[in-house]
Amino acid sequence: MDPECSQLLPALCAVLADPRQPVADDTCLEKLLDWFKTITKAGSSLLLLQENPCLVELLCHVLKPQDLSSRVLSFSLRLAGVFAAQEDCFQYLQQGELLPRLFGEPGPLGGAAWTAPSVRSGWIQGLRSLAQHPSALHFLADCGAVDTIFSLQGDSSLFVASAAGQLLVHILGLSMQGLAEGHPSLQAGDWPVCAQKIVGHIEESLHSTAVPQITQALNVLTTTFGHCHDPWTQVLWVRLSPLVGSLLEKDPVPAAHSLVDLLLSVARSPGLSSSSCGLWETLAQTLNHLSPTQAGPLALGILKLQDCPQVLRAQAFVILLQPLACVLKATGQDPGPSDVLDSATGDSLTVDALLSSKAACVGLLCRTLAHLELLQPLPQRPCPWPQEPLLGAAVTLLQLCRGSASPASDVGRHLCALLLGCVRVQRAALDFLGTLSQETGPWKGRVGSFFMSVSGPQELVTEVFAVLLEYLRSPDSSPTVLKKAFQATFRWLLSSPKTPGCCDLEPHALLVLRELLPVLQKRLCSPCWEVRDSGLEFLTQMTRHWGGQAGFRHALLASEVPKLTEQLLRDPESYVRASAVTVMGQLSSQGLHVTPVSPEHPGGQQKSLLVELLHILSTDSEGFPRRAVMQVFTQWLRDHHADVAGDTEQFMARVLQVASQDLDWEVRAQGLELALVFLEQTLGQFHSHCPYAVTPPVAAPAGPLAQALQPLCRVRLFEFAFRALFDCDRPVAQKSCDLLLFLRAKTASSSGSLQESRSGPDVASVEAALQRWQAGDQGQPLGDLEPEVVLAVLRSVDLEGLRGALAEGSDHMEKSPQSLLQDMLATVGVLGENEADCY
Amino acid sequence: MKLYCLSGHPTLPCNVLKFKSTTIMLDCGLDMTSTLNFLPLPLVQSPRLSNLPGWSLKDGNAFLDKELKECSGHVFVDSVPEFCLPETELIDLSTVDVILISNYHCMMALPYITEHTGFTGTVYATEPTVQIGRLLMEELVNFIERVPKAQSASLWKNKDIQRLLPSPLKDAVEVSTWRRCYTMQEVNSALSKIQLVGYSQKIELFGAVQVTPLSSGYALGSSNWIIQSHYEKVSYVSGSSLLTTHPQPMDQASLKNSDVLILTGLTQIPTANPDGMVGEFCSNLALTVRNGGNVLVPCYPSGVIYDLLECLYQYIDSAGLSNIPFYFISPVANSSLEFSQIFAEWLCHNKQTKVYLPEPPFPHAELIQTNKLKHYPSLHGDFSSDFRQPCVVFTGHPSLRFGDVVHFMELWGKSSLNTVIFTEPDFSYLEALAPYQPLAMKCIYCPIDTRLNFIQVSKLLKEVQPLHVVCPEQYTQPPPAQSHRMDLMIDCQPPAMSYRRAEVLALPFKRRYEKIEIMPELADALVPMEIKPGISLATVSAVLHTKDNKHILQPPPRPTQPTGGKKRKRASDDIPDCKVLKPLLSGSIPVEQFVQTLEKHGFSDIKVEDTAKGHIVLLQEAETLIQIEEDSTHIICDNDEMLRVRLRDLVLKFLQKF
Repeated sequence: MDPECSQLLPALCAVLADPRQPVADDTCLEKLLDWFKTITKAGSSLLLLQENPCLVELLCHVLKPQDLSSRVLSFSLRLAGVFAAQEDCFQYLQQGELLPRLFGEPGPLGGAAWTAPSVRSGWIQGLRSLAQHPSALHFLADCGAVDTIFSLQGDSSLFVASAAGQLLVHILGLSMQGLAEGHPSLQAGDWPVCAQKIVGHIEESLHSTAVPQITQALNVLTTTFGHCHDPWTQVLWVRLSPLVGSLLEKDPVPAAHSLVDLLLSVARSPGLSSSSCGLWETLAQTLNHLSPTQAGPLALGILKLQDCPQVLRAQAFVILLQPLACVLKATGQDPGPSDVLDSATGDSLTVDALLSSKAACVGLLCRTLAHLELLQPLPQRPCPWPQEPLLGAAVTLLQLCRGSASPASDVGRHLCALLLGCVRVQRAALDFLGTLSQETGPWKGRVGSFFMSVSGPQELVTEVFAVLLEYLRSPDSSPTVLKKAFQATFRWLLSSPKTPGCCDLEPHALLVLRELLPVLQKRLCSPCWEVRDSGLEFLTQMTRHWGGQAGFRHALLASEVPKLTEQLLRDPESYVRASAVTVMGQLSSQGLHVTPVSPEHPGGQQKSLLVELLHILSTDSEGFPRRAVMQVFTQWLRDHHADVAGDTEQFMARVLQVASQDLDWEVRAQGLELALVFLEQTLGQFHSHCPYAVTPPVAAPAGPLAQALQPLCRVRLFEFAFRALFDCDRPVAQKSCDLLLFLRAKTASSSGSLQESRSGPDVASVEAALQRWQAGDQGQPLGDLEPEVVLAVLRSVDLEGLRGALAEGSDHMEKSPQSLLQDMLATVGVLGENEADCY
Repeated sequence: MKLYCLSGHPTLPCNVLKFKSTTIMLDCGLDMTSTLNFLPLPLVQSPRLSNLPGWSLKDGNAFLDKELKECSGHVFVDSVPEFCLPETELIDLSTVDVILISNYHCMMALPYITEHTGFTGTVYATEPTVQIGRLLMEELVNFIERVPKAQSASLWKNKDIQRLLPSPLKDAVEVSTWRRCYTMQEVNSALSKIQLVGYSQKIELFGAVQVTPLSSGYALGSSNWIIQSHYEKVSYVSGSSLLTTHPQPMDQASLKNSDVLILTGLTQIPTANPDGMVGEFCSNLALTVRNGGNVLVPCYPSGVIYDLLECLYQYIDSAGLSNIPFYFISPVANSSLEFSQIFAEWLCHNKQTKVYLPEPPFPHAELIQTNKLKHYPSLHGDFSSDFRQPCVVFTGHPSLRFGDVVHFMELWGKSSLNTVIFTEPDFSYLEALAPYQPLAMKCIYCPIDTRLNFIQVSKLLKEVQPLHVVCPEQYTQPPPAQSHRMDLMIDCQPPAMSYRRAEVLALPFKRRYEKIEIMPELADALVPMEIKPGISLATVSAVLHTKDNKHILQPPPRPTQPTGGKKRKRASDDIPDCKVLKPLLSGSIPVEQFVQTLEKHGFSDIKVEDTAKGHIVLLQEAETLIQIEEDSTHIICDNDEMLRVRLRDLVLKFLQKF
């Protein structure tokens, strides 16, 4: 600890110990504790206490009967724990009997302060820090702390209860640590007393009829198996598994959630050889006993396990699929050739769970779909994957939600009534349907008609597109459902197979596209902005993928979509304008933007898209469209878009001028991105290191450096960058710093050939202006800069230093421990003054 | 209590309720779907329509070719359109005391009933209902009268000939009763019989029942009706809405505790959500106009159009449609737009508060002010000079058989740029379009029906819990095209009673009580006796006086002293023969105590037998039976009057007398 802090510490300890001077801010105490943790980690706690006796005094002081705030008490308990984590310091504190007084019966444990949850939490955390060595274990046993921890497991504060459980796990691990190393084949009977006690308590809880107790025991075990993989954990499981198994005999199974967590934690533990300790049998048994709702997460967990018997996996998969199998059966569909789904049908429990209420039905189906969605991309997912029935089930669910399915059975009709218009199931089913499009399993590679190759037989895929179109068309689809429907449609279009050597959509997908475009047209005119926005996003995705392909281009250009999109540049909703800007940028890049002839001015020339986007950039009141314009411009510059390539300098000058005045920092940052691209392109020719670099078709300024820098000066890039260097928003300043450093590196080698400037501001006046800018006065412009001046300024400004300063957090000056201590003292001082004023 | 069902159309009901001594007609809807069988009436001569080929029988017989024309495979009657009236034979309509109107769509048959059936009663309706109903009738009469048609077809109605016609003419019901439209004179005469009422106003009908209109939330001034006597309550729910649109919200609470709830006028498109449809309407409108096409919206001059204009008001600026003209063409367009603004008290809360600002409650005022919405009485005149395309036209009639819409269909039908958007749910759009086929213009079906759907009905019924529900038979089964949709029918317990056209339904409850007033002096004279805690009884001797369905108990006239018998008393002054009445008894006889009492009084050898209804006490020695049941006691003894009286007195000891 530095001397300044040592000097401040006694005063602070005095303040903390004084009940009349309450500490207003919890976070100060947290920071203080963090600081002590760093100090003790780096050095000896004992030394620290010896050098700063005020600390022990503080710990002693809080024990005196007084009206001390619970915050300080809690802090002191945690602080004592931090110190006592080192064994020598622990002994030191023990000499003064300080620890038993803090953590034992005579301490806050018995007092009124104990009612505050923060004190109980501090007590637990103190012990958690302290319990690091064998002496601590003895201490815990002697002061009866373990029993208190047991009772705290049921604490009214969830934080305290959960911390108590974790502390038990920690103590159990600690007490087994020393022994386990020497005795790999340890018998439960030989376990240390402390461990015996904890395990005994767990056993007792598992025997209990009270669900909360069982839950606590299961949670402790889950954490134990999750964190500790020593051999003794296997002994523990062998000892406890019959008890856990006996829970399954109860109806309903108590604490099913925690039980599932435990079993999965055990199964995942590398310390246990699952086959030898009957785990698989227990898992199988559990799958059978849990209700369909509870069994789902367990089934998913089992299927995610790496090494698990095939029989159990099959059973788990059947359980997972059951709700969907019921749906298929209820709607009179053949679950298909898959054995898995066939054996999943007809489970009356699942049917009951599905039909019991709308909430239950929706919950179970959504969870099932989510589980299967998680499972689908995993390498260990079941094989064969029942793609066809799953597709059928997803389509059927979507039809049921729309009322377009016509189930023949009573169960089906009941399901239909429960699911009609249910947005949650619609969203989940659309997500799932989208996931199924990525199926590359047994269907892939089959020879035959087009659709069959990827995701299923043609009829099913046709049905998928039909249901998706139905959703996209329906006036009743909610905006979120529509968004999902668009996403799923895109994924299915993506998955349609490609003819080798051709990236275009194949004929059937094109047919779908032709049906899709009128729907998209209508959605772009929707009164609901979310719908217009997701329509535009969908269009962006499609254009990005197939914008260059003849089939897509033809279909798109034949539709009204490009024209409608352009009209959305003037949409009243800023998100929609932003999306429209992105799409239009892309359409224009792909040559899909046809300048329309407006009905009002037939034959009249419309203003170009560039002008329109510049107009948005300079006038739009919202940030999103302006940011989108900057991104489009950057992309256009990169791609050498015709509108930009025509007169790049004028374009750059105009855009940088507008962007530099923008109030949105992201627009300014994007402006720097644009500047960087321009800079790279301009200097790229000057230093073309890479012999394979594609030379863009812009005028290549091959020549001396000054000549190369001229265009940058002409577009006033440097004024923009220097101004950004002192931007009040750090990301902008950082970006500008990087840009200028990059430029300096590029120009370093050839700076010798420069001449002194003849006109414009000289180096000194530029530096003076920069200093004024740094001081916050950004009003004055720099005027026309000569390359020579720029290079001189670049060399003179401490860019590295600036970058370092910017990389620091904004509070780096205030973060030192000394300032923390000063702050705390100052706050208390201020409080005192206020008090005086009152009287 | 009986219900006579005169209309088969669930949303255009016409029922007659006989309740106590009154005969009440509930609504007077006119089924106009019959007009779909007729050729449209073009405003200007249409070469296409006039050159349609005549229809001939399969055998080539062409005797009907003057009356029936063929267009794209459909056959139409070339005559003045006719309407299908409510049943007039089922009940003598001159006996109807009152007609209760629930909304302006449900009164279109009124002139037929009030002017041609001998009806002499009163019609009750709210003011907006009458005013807007008048507009609808005026528009209808105007549409039909301004294109007089020389020809009137009747040959095809002959039953033997009708059988030979193709569908749907072959299956049209009761074509012989179809009538031409009424005249404005008949309309005025019918409307003069209406008495205006306000929500929650109680109207006494002959002292027998009380009727009260309640807000139904569907249209301006639309009402449900409560028809109640002192002990019975019938609710008539017709055309109600729980959505927040322009009218006052529906009053549900007052419908509680009904014995019978008659439920009609649910949404005609239960699968279409009005919100989604409005979105669809806006999207398609914008799409068409942006592509340079015109939009035609066939509609009624009042109702949903107000909501559509309001949505468009919010939408047109955002959709960049500010420069597109909106035209509303109807003989009553001006009145409809203005009327809507003055019925403040009938509007929803939001709109009511606007009036106090003061602002017009509907934003179409602003659309008119800014020249975005223009209205005209017809195509002729100013409209022709103002007309600018692309544009949006709202005009009638939604059947597409008459009105200015016919002209626009002929004008715009040939271009695929144009769109016709159907928003009124009353007519099948495919049938409406049939005489215009082949048609190039786009057709969008966005029926907006804000009336109750089945989910809302089931919530409503749970809330108000009527003992019995009566509804058209269409509501008790899923729609034929969606037989699996069990959710598209009324599901209640006990199951709803259903009716169909020309059916008489005996409503399933009996009247048990009648309220009788008691005169104060008579009430003063009563001496109640408490027979159970909280329940007192008193006997009363009085004269029951009944007049105007009111019953009053009056004190009996004092027995007049004999005056010597000079005058012969008139029969009506006869005093009822007041004998000294035996006291009334109450209470029950505890058998064990009774037996003990018998023993105390010297009876022995007593046996008690339990029976299904009570007990039999057997006095074996005296050969006597005492049969004790809940509401009677019999002493059966063999001609021993002394013994009977002794036993009777013992029995009486256990009972209270008064």
